[in-house]
Amino acid sequence: MKVVYALFADPESAQHAVDALHSASADLKFSEQKIVIVSGEPHEGYDFADSHLTNLPYVWAVLGAAAGGLCGYLLTTLSQKSYPIFTGGMPITPPWTNGIIIYELTMLGAIVTTLITLLRGARLPNFKGLIKDPEIWLGKILVGVADPPDAARAQLETCLLRAGGAQVRETSTTH
Amino acid sequence: MERTAEQIEQDLLRPIFTTSSRYMIAVTLASCMVLAGVCALGYQLWEGIGVWGINSPVFWAFDITNFVFWIGISHAGTLISAILRLCNAAWRRPVTRCAEAITVFSILIGAAVPLFHVGRPWLDFWMIPYPSERGIWPNFRSPLAWDFFAISTYFTGSVTFLYLPTIPDFAAVRDNAKGLRKKIYGLLALGWQGTPRQWQRLEIAMHIMAIAIVPVAVSVHTIVSWDFSMTLVPMWHSTIFGPYFVIGAIFSGIAALILTMALLRKFLHLEEYLRPLHFNNLGKLLLTTSLLWFYFTFAERLTTWYGNSPSEMDVFWSSIRQNFAPIFWTMVVCNFVIPVPILSVKKFRTITGTAIASSTIIIGMWLERFLIIVPALDHKYLRFAWGTYRPTWVEDTLMASSFGMMALLYLLFSKAVPMISIWELKVGLQPHGGGVITTAPTKRKPRGLVLEGPLPTDVPE
Repeated sequence: MKVVYALFADPESAQHAVDALHSASADLKFSEQKIVIVSGEPHEGYDFADSHLTNLPYVWAVLGAAAGGLCGYLLTTLSQKSYPIFTGGMPITPPWTNGIIIYELTMLGAIVTTLITLLRGARLPNFKGLIKDPEIWLGKILVGVADPPDAARAQLETCLLRAGGAQVRETSTTH
Repeated sequence: MERTAEQIEQDLLRPIFTTSSRYMIAVTLASCMVLAGVCALGYQLWEGIGVWGINSPVFWAFDITNFVFWIGISHAGTLISAILRLCNAAWRRPVTRCAEAITVFSILIGAAVPLFHVGRPWLDFWMIPYPSERGIWPNFRSPLAWDFFAISTYFTGSVTFLYLPTIPDFAAVRDNAKGLRKKIYGLLALGWQGTPRQWQRLEIAMHIMAIAIVPVAVSVHTIVSWDFSMTLVPMWHSTIFGPYFVIGAIFSGIAALILTMALLRKFLHLEEYLRPLHFNNLGKLLLTTSLLWFYFTFAERLTTWYGNSPSEMDVFWSSIRQNFAPIFWTMVVCNFVIPVPILSVKKFRTITGTAIASSTIIIGMWLERFLIIVPALDHKYLRFAWGTYRPTWVEDTLMASSFGMMALLYLLFSKAVPMISIWELKVGLQPHGGGVITTAPTKRKPRGLVLEGPLPTDVPE
């Protein structure tokens, strides 16, 4: 994958670049999905950063917690009924003590689901197609287009430079 | 002086790429302590736990003291970090990773103690609930089974809580490293790039984790307290034990955090990041928990004294006036008399002051754990069954080596991972101070919830 990009010193100019690329995508014949943004820190409050906001991970965490709780319930009750020990007339499946196991497995369910949701949502692990530029870690924001049409290269450069990019670069990502 | 993103990167990655002689000396010393512990442990495994000083009726002593102490210390990190994240406290940024690492390592050390205390650690897997050919399951009515579940959940949560915000920093190290190091950090970073989608998901995940981990942390130490309060031993069978243990855990945890931060600041030259402000704020928290600890200790003793039950009063007087009195009063001095004046006066709530207070609290809280366990067991009901307890060299060595193990793990971690979250510090440089996304906006604008104001200003040293 080839990426043509420029580095931006601040999120405002990065936002201008992203907006410009969105506007030009039809003329330059590249998909808006091909716009690439990479930064060394989150930039909350800008359209380019907030476009992936979602409440789904919260929903998944709740579902995971419910699944964990159910597993805890089944683990305690089924195993205690399968291998009943002598309890001197006390209940075989005491709710108070089982509640502790159920509670812990409920929380474990939420934690594990959150981890899985993050990995899936952030598309990790993914060791292919990494876009790297050392200046990203120095606070710069990379904005570019992956695999742009060759004919659009000059206009793309103009678009990025006009938005405030210092210099247009090109990188071939690892596959 | 405000640091730039480049300076932050250089300062925090430096300890990973360079090794000082002081670091090597510290690792050697900690390794020697661990080696001594390994020898003592080997001797104990060979001979059996008869080499400890425990006897009838004192079946729990140094080992369980260490267990409760280290599980308590584990509250330093995840709980404090999670609360600060949820409150979106801007000053948390240099503190959180130092704290979260303490949690992970202290749980490892704390959880290892009961595994060896059973005497035959090679049978520890019996605690794992699975349909075995033995035809038995763990007894879910037993507090020890609760411990297994609680500590496993807390450990999983804490490792996740530590690892997730470290992924971008692993990527930063990956992009600055070469050779084998680059490959290792590449694997640890999981192919992190820093796309907006990844940042969003990471922040949401951290928010959920912070919500989930607080009740887990509280439950863990409550369940540890139930190891005691579910029994009918005098002064153990108490409903106050849950909150008493939790407060004690937070108390010792904050002390451990302050002490660790002071050492990191000195040895990793993090003066620009771990500022007097952080010690001042944590010192205030420590003061609050010191007062709460005193309240719970007093309430527990008051209830016993007022009830005047003979068996409980035997334990009460043994710790206040008789053979355990020196330990009891040392505990009070270490946990209350010394730290409260230091932490109450702003002039003394400096880095040195809070570190001194924290050191005494660490000692005092270990003694507190010991005093909860041993006096109650050796003054249990009938006088003919009373006993005495003296620790042996094996227990002394194991206790000392647990501190060595903590130091060693922490030193190795500080060599492998930036001890302060680089990307979170950079967020702090942004004009609005950054923030944690808590909800998705219903429309594209206005932006997501931001609770923070400007960056905090420092307080004079």
